[in-house]
Amino acid sequence: MDGIHDMGGMDGFGKVEVEQNEPPFHETWEGRVMAMQRAMGFAGAWHIDHARYAQERIAPHIYLEASYYQKWALAMETNVLERGLAGKDELDAGHALRPGKALPRKFTPDLVPERLTRGSFFRPPQAEARFKPGSRVRTKNIHPATHTRLPRYARDKVGVVERCHGCHLYPDSVASNLGDDPQWLYTVVFDGPELWGPDSDPTLKVSIEAFEPYLEPA
Amino acid sequence: MSHDHHDHHHDHEHSELSETQLRVRALETVLTEKGYVDPKALDAIVEAYETKIGPRNGAAVVAKAWVDPAFKAALLADATKAVATLGHVSRVGDHLVAVENTPTTHNMVVCTLCSCYPWEVLGLPPIWYKSAPYRSRAVKDPRGVLADFGVTLPKDTEIRVWDSTAETRFIVLPMRPARTEGWNEQQLAELVTRDSMIGTSLPKQPDSK
Repeated sequence: MDGIHDMGGMDGFGKVEVEQNEPPFHETWEGRVMAMQRAMGFAGAWHIDHARYAQERIAPHIYLEASYYQKWALAMETNVLERGLAGKDELDAGHALRPGKALPRKFTPDLVPERLTRGSFFRPPQAEARFKPGSRVRTKNIHPATHTRLPRYARDKVGVVERCHGCHLYPDSVASNLGDDPQWLYTVVFDGPELWGPDSDPTLKVSIEAFEPYLEPA
Repeated sequence: MSHDHHDHHHDHEHSELSETQLRVRALETVLTEKGYVDPKALDAIVEAYETKIGPRNGAAVVAKAWVDPAFKAALLADATKAVATLGHVSRVGDHLVAVENTPTTHNMVVCTLCSCYPWEVLGLPPIWYKSAPYRSRAVKDPRGVLADFGVTLPKDTEIRVWDSTAETRFIVLPMRPARTEGWNEQQLAELVTRDSMIGTSLPKQPDSK
């Protein structure tokens, strides 16, 4: 979706401000949110792209105001409700009013830290790869209303495939609950002027990680 | 939930923060009572990110690559596999990619769409990495971003920005600082900053320690 989250190339946000000696968490609740997200992901309650898609649907004015972990918490509430894992009445009450659903796994203390390692996103290919390193490609001009990982600034642009990362599950499909639909994943590199016009820094090259359905031969 | 993280120093009792705290507590209680999460596991996860999983892991990888050409080659060929051979670094999931800075190319990593970051080697991302200023500008004006970090590169250096739009994760292998001949891995790792592995900064110089 063409949402506020798709920030690449926007102007007006100002300087990058670095906090010296930043702690892992500024508030205790931030750690709880992070840990709940990891535990629910491990449990199979939802996929990471469901979490992303829920964040992308946060109203723009709230998205820009909320802190990182506030956005995570809002997205988690959305997924809990949308996936029928709890009711709004229960979140409002702060207690379970009905038994939970069965989930595939549960993150128990003995699994830390080993199972904090991310799982693999590799999936068996459905077809031969269409492109290889060196292929010239044009990204498609697409504007799906749902989750996609093709950023706006890199649509309808000509670049070169630099690497092939194998076949991965396809976020656009997963986030819409349409299954893994595995797709080949490539690093595609663009010259600065192709993305930003003649005033671009001529020494700039930008790459995206592009799933095969985003690409056509150029 | 409009509380801003910059306000935390003086805002602990404010009702907006309390609202966030209450909502998060309600969520945890519900998920726990439903049987989905174990609060003790949450404690352990928080502790792991506070104490075990941080940029020291990445710094050890970089220092090893600086002293061991075979490891460096393996790292650039397949970072997931190469890091797995280091017993003192936590495991990493598939899809870690190391990208090398050279005298002619400087690499910088961003996630414009969310905040993808190589947690296993760098720990939790800093707030600036997740912020709108960085996510918006890194792909369009990386030299301007570098200037915010006090870094100026030669005019003809190619700036390569990696937008982490999938599950591949990137760690920058910075150039080894001059005048570190004969240094061991532990000494070199001290020069490797988190930001130098994101590409918004350079390693410390030996005389600036």
